[in-house]
Amino acid sequence: MLAGVKETKRDKVFLICNYIYVFLAFLIVFYPLVYMISASISDPKYVASGEMWLWPKGITFDGYKRVFENSSIWIGYGNTILYTVVGTTINLLVTLPAAYALSRKDFVGRNFFMGMFMVTMFFGGGLVPTYLLVKQLGMINTMWAIVIPSAASIWNIIVSRTFFQSSIPKELQEAAQIDGCTNMRLFIKIILPLSMPIIAVMALFYGVGNWNSYFSALIYLNDSAKYPLQLVLRQILVLQEMAAQGGGAIDASTAAAMNSKAEIAALVKYAVIIVATIPVIVIYPFLQRYFVQGVMIGSVKG
Amino acid sequence: MQDTKAAVSGEVMLKPGKHGKGVWKRIIQNWELYIFIAPAFLYFLIFSYGPMYGIQIAFKNFIPTKGITGSPWVGFDHFERFFHSYYFWDLLWNTLSISLYELAIGFPIPIILALAFNEVRNGFFKKLAQTVTYAPHFISVVVMAGMIISFLSPSTGIVIHIIEGLGFQAPEFLTDPRWFKTIYVLSGVWQSAGWGTIIYLAALSGVDPGLHEAAIIDGASRFQRIRHINIPTIIPTMTILLILNMGSLLGVGFEKILLLQNPLNMVSSDVISTFVYRSGLVDAQYSFSTAIGLFNSVINCVMLVVVNQIVRRTSENSLW
Repeated sequence: MLAGVKETKRDKVFLICNYIYVFLAFLIVFYPLVYMISASISDPKYVASGEMWLWPKGITFDGYKRVFENSSIWIGYGNTILYTVVGTTINLLVTLPAAYALSRKDFVGRNFFMGMFMVTMFFGGGLVPTYLLVKQLGMINTMWAIVIPSAASIWNIIVSRTFFQSSIPKELQEAAQIDGCTNMRLFIKIILPLSMPIIAVMALFYGVGNWNSYFSALIYLNDSAKYPLQLVLRQILVLQEMAAQGGGAIDASTAAAMNSKAEIAALVKYAVIIVATIPVIVIYPFLQRYFVQGVMIGSVKG
Repeated sequence: MQDTKAAVSGEVMLKPGKHGKGVWKRIIQNWELYIFIAPAFLYFLIFSYGPMYGIQIAFKNFIPTKGITGSPWVGFDHFERFFHSYYFWDLLWNTLSISLYELAIGFPIPIILALAFNEVRNGFFKKLAQTVTYAPHFISVVVMAGMIISFLSPSTGIVIHIIEGLGFQAPEFLTDPRWFKTIYVLSGVWQSAGWGTIIYLAALSGVDPGLHEAAIIDGASRFQRIRHINIPTIIPTMTILLILNMGSLLGVGFEKILLLQNPLNMVSSDVISTFVYRSGLVDAQYSFSTAIGLFNSVINCVMLVVVNQIVRRTSENSLW
């Protein structure tokens, strides 16, 4: 932009400071990410002593081996995949049709429905009444307690509605209606195929949300065979139960053995963090564009 | 072609008529749209309005065997018990101070970062910096808590090693109550500042290049252009986000707090929402906990309305 205009000295200094600032921000975010990856494949001895501070040192895959030997992680992985697939499907089936209906100016009652949905953004029943309701519906300790109470988010409905309103030409819908196309056909045959960007964005938003959620599992599930990955992670990372679970014999009495046990537990923690985050991290660079698009559609006032 | 289309569509789509006959016709014509909205309608009715019906147990002594309607009314007993309890002021203070701390640090940083990103002209570096700073947004709260605990662990954490390497005495971050709020806020900034820039960058991309050209011709420096062109452009976005933030002032994101809490930092880490969780679901004091939750939501609602009102009076932007 504006090539040919000479930068003054002050502008150059400012620009350099700006680059330094952005670079620092980049480093602050980047360093912990690199550190975790390095720590997960380094000898725990070096990690604990602080000798490993950037690149892996004394490379070992013991942490990963232990993670993969741990059956509760596999069960958690399986459950999370199930909950994410079922949950996201439900999310989309609720969100997209509703958003489409709300995008139609000739839909009688759209203000009523919109108002009713919006209220929930600012006021809710709270934790205990919600819990009692889920309990009364008999969903406790089932997958349904995880996927149904979070079936839709008003924010995502608004984002999708804005997309339908602004990106699909009205003339197209009118033309189809003139040809005698029903709303159902119109939606399935014309609107949805044109809405791939927003479907992708919604699937990603909901998918990541489902993958990362732990609180509903914490309060609604009590059978550990149904625990999603995040709840298994909580036990390992926060409650520090790995030593007892996957570490094998704990009767090692000498201080040295105890120490190495703690080191291994730390190694396992870094490995488990990577394993749990990998699916999101791997797909993220490819899908970043869509995520950003979703936030930007959401920022348009509609 | 255009004309005929417009004329026909006028008939088919029907102008928003206020007469009964037109409305019925439109309802019948679009009956399928009601099927489209039915799942969402039922969902919000059951899972958002259902719990609102359950709020009445805040004014009752809820006895599970008797159900919501069968339990006896007790009026404001639970509220009074909460207001008079010794932990009331601590909880309120922790909740408010964490929120305000978070607002003071977490609100301006994405704005500054977005303004800085916007000045970066090197495409590759800009893209790299953005990709990396957005990434932590996708890390789950459990992993985030695990990272914090590992990094700050007293004997093996990297942060401790760095501080000691610089020749300082490292504090006991996780067990010292004085550090809890800072850890909470700064880890939140690390995780979400980059992501928070997206919306501002979107607003900044709408700046008319002509304004900058004119300013350059008039001899404005880069800093002056940011100050007088870029910042005014994003003020509406800032206002809306500020109002939304104020509305959740007492709704501090408690999942992370719950995960980082331990008996030693409880003095400064216990907030209303974690207290509601403990007293309600762990100790099964359903009515008491619901009362506290209701107190929390009402204050949030009032805050939102008040802030929105203030903003509407002082500027042209507001939520409604």
